[in-house]
This record gives sequence, structure tokens and C-alpha cells, in this order.
Amino acid sequence: MDSLAEIIRKCEELAFDLKFTRAKEWKSLDKTRVLVGHMPIYIPREVVHAANGLAIGILGGGDKKLIIKGDAYYQSYICHMPRSILELVMDGHFEGFDGFIFPSICDVIRNLSGMFQLLGKGRFIKYLDLPQNFKRHIGGEFYKQELQQILEEIYKINGVKVTPERLRHSILLFNKNRRLTEQIYNIRQEFPWRMTAADLYHIVRAGYVIPVEEHNEILENVIRLIQEERGDPLDKIRVMVIGAFCEQPPVGLIRTIEMAGCYIVEDDFLMGARWIQGDIDPAGTDPLSDICNAYLEKSTFSSSVYDVDNPKEDRMIKLMTDRKADGIIFAAPSFCDPALLDHPILQKACNDKNIRFISFLYSENTGQFKVIKEQVGTFSDSIKLWEEPVLFGNKE
Amino acid sequence: MTKDVVKEKSMIIQKEMITRIFKDLSTAKETGKKVVYTFVPGNISELILSFDMLPVYPEINALQSGMRKKSGGFILDAEKHGHSEDVCTYVKCDVGMMINGNIGPTGEKIPDPDLLLLSYTGCFTFMKWFETLERLYPGVPVALLHTPYQEGHKITPEMTSYMVKQLKEEVIPKMEKVSGNKYSEEKLKMQLVNSSKVEDYIIKIFDTTKHRPSPIDAYFAGVYYIGPINIGFRGTPGAVTYYEELYKEILLRIEKGLGPITPEGVIEEERFRLVVEGPPNWTHFREFWKLFYDMGAVIVASSYTKVGGVYDMGFRVNPDKPLESLAKYCMNCYTNLSLQQRVELLSKCITEYHADGFLVNSIKSCNSFSAGQLMIMQQLEKQLEIPVGFIESDLVDPRYFSYSNIKNRLESFFQMLEQRKYILKK
Repeated sequence: MDSLAEIIRKCEELAFDLKFTRAKEWKSLDKTRVLVGHMPIYIPREVVHAANGLAIGILGGGDKKLIIKGDAYYQSYICHMPRSILELVMDGHFEGFDGFIFPSICDVIRNLSGMFQLLGKGRFIKYLDLPQNFKRHIGGEFYKQELQQILEEIYKINGVKVTPERLRHSILLFNKNRRLTEQIYNIRQEFPWRMTAADLYHIVRAGYVIPVEEHNEILENVIRLIQEERGDPLDKIRVMVIGAFCEQPPVGLIRTIEMAGCYIVEDDFLMGARWIQGDIDPAGTDPLSDICNAYLEKSTFSSSVYDVDNPKEDRMIKLMTDRKADGIIFAAPSFCDPALLDHPILQKACNDKNIRFISFLYSENTGQFKVIKEQVGTFSDSIKLWEEPVLFGNKE
Repeated sequence: MTKDVVKEKSMIIQKEMITRIFKDLSTAKETGKKVVYTFVPGNISELILSFDMLPVYPEINALQSGMRKKSGGFILDAEKHGHSEDVCTYVKCDVGMMINGNIGPTGEKIPDPDLLLLSYTGCFTFMKWFETLERLYPGVPVALLHTPYQEGHKITPEMTSYMVKQLKEEVIPKMEKVSGNKYSEEKLKMQLVNSSKVEDYIIKIFDTTKHRPSPIDAYFAGVYYIGPINIGFRGTPGAVTYYEELYKEILLRIEKGLGPITPEGVIEEERFRLVVEGPPNWTHFREFWKLFYDMGAVIVASSYTKVGGVYDMGFRVNPDKPLESLAKYCMNCYTNLSLQQRVELLSKCITEYHADGFLVNSIKSCNSFSAGQLMIMQQLEKQLEIPVGFIESDLVDPRYFSYSNIKNRLESFFQMLEQRKYILKK
């Protein structure tokens, strides 16, 4: 049985394997298997899984890939991730991928789908127009047609007919995956010293590039290991990090936050893996509709979802309350319209509720963390040393 | 350059139309007219007007603020309220304008909205913009019309059906409630008859650039020409009159062999014919235009004039299918086209209007246009072997307009075009 350190080491290797070795190995074992790359934030991976496919999360090159060619496609004022994705394209990292899905989260990702089309990458390119109408018979019906298109595209490649049974099986596996992930977050909320946020990040991110069955095993082992006491509690504040849902922060930044006196007890780094809150109905007669309904009715709050009847600031504060966090760190990628246009709304809510927060920008390849460390350290000290517990009284 | 600039009849008509709509808006609370905030791309003004409500377009207010040199201050005020330097400056300008009393371009107050119609077409930021407005105007109902993107380079029946359902079940009931009027399909059909006529005129007008010299500038003057259909007159008899008059004037110019009118008179020698991609800069609009007309550069087609609707590929509203027409109109706006469709459309413009070059004005704060522009440019250069140029500015943030930088780049571009002409002649 692997130790926690060994599992984390493996996950780190998988998470940042920009050659997607494990996924390609998996595909090579069966001619009907397909690899479908998808951009952040969320796609229903169950659908790809049911069609004998593996949905691979494409999260850019981070700080692991030098960008040369990708910069030729983007002006300086556009976020960093699409240029590193194009660099990966140009360098052949996605060879063997059969298709690509671009969920509708912003104009940059939308237009990146067009760039993939012009470059002729993959056997299909699907811009997944996630509905902004949340009624079952309007947005739900449209969304179902969108998902059917994905199934048709995969069918053209591998001839695998997706039956309700296959879909229900996939739903069960991904329900389990979300439940296990949530369980780890819950344990960390209570005992954040047992595993660092960076380690958790690697574990969740590994799930973006390997079969869900394998990831579920990893998660079960992690849960077993972190249920035992390990590490020493330190005098740190508890924070929630928000804004990093698409272009990922470098792991160094996550480590910096924790080294500067914080336990990250909630985040939106890889929110696609935790998008659906709770289970999708695993026993319905029309499982594709059940997947659609889960999106309409059980999605988390996000900068890419129209929220008018369900204000995101209320949901953010509820989440913070549930996690017993002392403050919020708004960390967003530079030039990210969705995240940055949310900040005034979310920060006003913080001010109204007297919630402490700080804010900074990063890009996926940010390499200098000194300033951020000082900022976070000061934030942590200001709460630890000078503030009375404001909301939750969780200070010793 | 002819220095005498005589206001043509169409210009006077347009000015009167603008004055009238802002007057109506300023007295809306007294007259009891309800006010709907919405956006230019996918502006379903016919539907708004059929309920006897008045539309307000925040982007138009922002660009007007830019032209009146007020946007810089508004943007700074929005930034003081927590908005990032990195985001859309239209949004910040609008927020800043509200902080400063919401005074419109004519100096009269723009009334608060009674309905926020989020018909978001081709721009994801529109959604974020209205989330901001919804909080600045608490309690105002929001009607959302999600326009599917033409990712497969076409409009499918499923996309149309999704939009029609939203119109029937989300948008129209909210409009009925806010206006107190029942939906009248007959009234909407009548508006669409006018829209259809206007769409025909628009195509004829922008098609006149096939002539040499081109009688119009399809970018700098083009933004004025698309004014009436984009600021609330879609579907009105006034719009038909305006475009009828404008077309007559342009035909007369062709007859006389005249080039485009500029703020400093008529361009006497057409030296370069260009197709331009991207919105113009509004804070230095005159200086920006002058850089072109001083060099005898005429824009024979631009993508920006298609942002409120693309009619070049055959689409027209069909009054017999009113809601379907509104849906298809929204889906046909330029920034709702796939990149491949954009390349095809621009390629058609370059070829049919005999352009000498293709120029991108890349806007710092508009990802909807800017992301992918460099690839569009590469594709056109490769396919058509046409010289391409690239400049950068912003919509309404004066901090991002660098006159000398743009001038240097344009001069080099024009030199390249000149040289190419010389070589081709040889």
C-alpha cells in the first residue's frame, strides 16, 4: 500500500504530465477508446465516459512550458492560458486526441475554439454552449441537444452506442468521485494540517488526466490515510481562495499562501471537478436529462453562470461560513474579465458583512511570489494578532 | 481636401432622431414610458418598441462619453470603486457615468431602467455587465435572452427554437408585466417590415464602396450610418426615411464621382482602399480618422459596422415569422460568428471591394473581437496574399491611445501598400 507521500508524488507527476502519457496508454489498449480534451471550467465528463472516452482537462502549460509560438497568436492584454494551450498544440502535445470541447465560459475560450477549428485540430471541435436559461423545458432541452451532438461526434469515431445503462454507470462513478473529493475537503476543513492545499491540488488535478475509476481508488486511499492524525496544527488563519477557476495559479503560489500563515480550506482552483453539488440521479429512466437537470439545478456559483435569481455573493458567504474561514483571498488571473468583473460585487458583499479579504492577480507562469507572500503574511497577521474573531469565533 | 463641409440632409435627419430619443428618455418618467436597458448586438428594438417602451444602450452612452472626452474620468471613478484596470472599459465607463449622475450625451439625465433586457449576443462580458447593473438597480427585473453561438458555422433549428422559447416564455411575459401592454404580433410584424427595408438599404449603401472612388468611408463614416438602427430606431418608419435619404445622397455622390466626406471635407484622391477589423477608438475618433484621410486611405468595408447585424450573407428579417426573425437576427451579429465565418466574411469584403490591404485595430478591453484577431490576420494574408497591418488602441480608455505609436505603424503600412502598388504596376 502506498504512503500518502507516495500517492501525492504520483499525482503530482500525473497532474503536470503535459504529454498526457497515462491517458494515451489507456487509449492504446482498446481501439474504441477516444480521448477528448476539454477546456475549463466544466463539462459533464459522464457523457464522454459513457461513450468509451476519457475526458482530459486541458489547463494550459502552467509554469512548466516555455511560451514562444503561443505568444504570436495573442496580444499582450489577453490572459495567459490560451497562449500556453496553443504552444502545447504547436508542439504536438495533443497528438492522439480525438476531439476537443470548449465550454462557454468567456470570449477568449470561445474564440480559442475557432482557432482550433482553423488549425484543423482534432476530429471534432465542440463549443459547448452551456445554457443560461435554467428551466428544464427551455435551457434543459437545448443543453440536452448540445450533449447529444457530443455523443454523435464520438459515435462517428468509435461507433459506440451510448445506452441508458452505460450513462447510469458513468453517473455512478462520477457521483462517487465528487463525493470522495468533497470528503477530502471536509476532512481538511477540520484538520488542514494533515495535508497541504498544494498536495490536495495535485490529487484533484490528477483526476483531470486519468480514468475516473483509477482516480476514485486514489481518493479512497487518500481518505483512509488522512483520517489518521498526521502533521502538527500550526497557528494559521483559515482562508477561502476565489477567482482561480480557469487559468490555474502556479503551485508555488498555493504553497506561498499556506507558507505565509494561511490554511486554504476552500478554493475554486479545479472547480470543474466539484461543479455539481451533490449527486446526479443515478437511477432515472432518462439519464442524459438527469445530467442536464443537475447542471440546471445543482451547479455551484461561478463567474461564468448568470446568477440573477441566485446571487453569487450570498453563496460565497454561505460557503465561507460553512468552511469556517477567517477571510477570503481573491486571486484571479490577469485580464480575466469574468473573474475580475465579479470582484466589485463579491468584495462589496465582504465589506457589508465585515469579512476580511485581500486581492491580487497572477498568471499561470508567475514566478515571483515574494510580494504575494508579504501581502498574505500581513493579511494573516492582521487577522491573527489584531482582530477579534468576526464571524465564526473559531480562534483559539 | 475640400474644406467646405456641408451637412447633408441625412445628417440633419439623424441628428433630429438622436435629439428626439434622448428628449423622450429624459421625460420618460413624466410621460410614463417604461425604459429598457439592452445592448447593440442582438438589439431587439422592434419588440421593445412594440410594447411602447424606450430602449437605452449602455455601450452607446459609453462611446458617446468617449467622444465627448468624459470617459477617462468615468473609468477612473469606476476603478476607485473596485473595478480592475484589466477589464472592459465600456462597463467601467457606464458604471462611472452612473456614479456621476447618469447624465447622457445631450446633457440630460438618462432615466433608471424599468427592465434590464440582457440580450447577450457575441459578448460574454454583456452578462457580467448586467450582473453589475442588476446590483446597481436593485429590484429591477432582468429578462435574459441567451443567444447561442454559431460554433458550427451555421444556425440550426435547435438554436432558433431555444431562442424563440426564451422570447415567448421569458422576455415577452416580463415586457408585458413591465409595460402593462399585451404582446401584439401584428405590431411587431409592422416593425419588422420596416426593419427588412432598412436591411436592404444598408446592404445597398455599404455595397457602394465597390465604386472607384468609393463614395463613402465604411468605417469612420460607417459608424454614423449604422447609428439609427443601433440606437433604437430598428423597425421605425423614421429609420426607413433616413436610409432612403442616405442612399439617394450616396448615389448622387457616385454620379458626381465624389469620394467620402470627412470632417475636413471630401477626400479628393483615393490612394488606398482598406478593410478594417475591430471597433474604432472613440476617445480620439477625429485624430484617428484624420490619420487615414490625410493619407488618402478609404475604408471600403469594416467588421465593426456589422456588429449590430450581418446582412451581407443574405439574412433578412421575415415579418411573417417575427420571433424566429428576431432570434436569427441576434444569432447573425458579427461577434456571434465563428472565427471561420469571420474570415470568410472579411475575405469576401476584401475581394469584392477590391481592397489594397487589411488592417486590424485591436482593442485592449474587448476580448470578443480581439482574441483570435491575429489568427484571422494570418489566415487572410495567407489565403489572399494581401498586405496586413496591425494597430492597438482601446474603446473608451484614453490611456490606451498612443497617437505617435499608431501613426508610425500606419505610415509604415501605407508605405508598404505604396511599394506593393508600384511593384504590381511594374
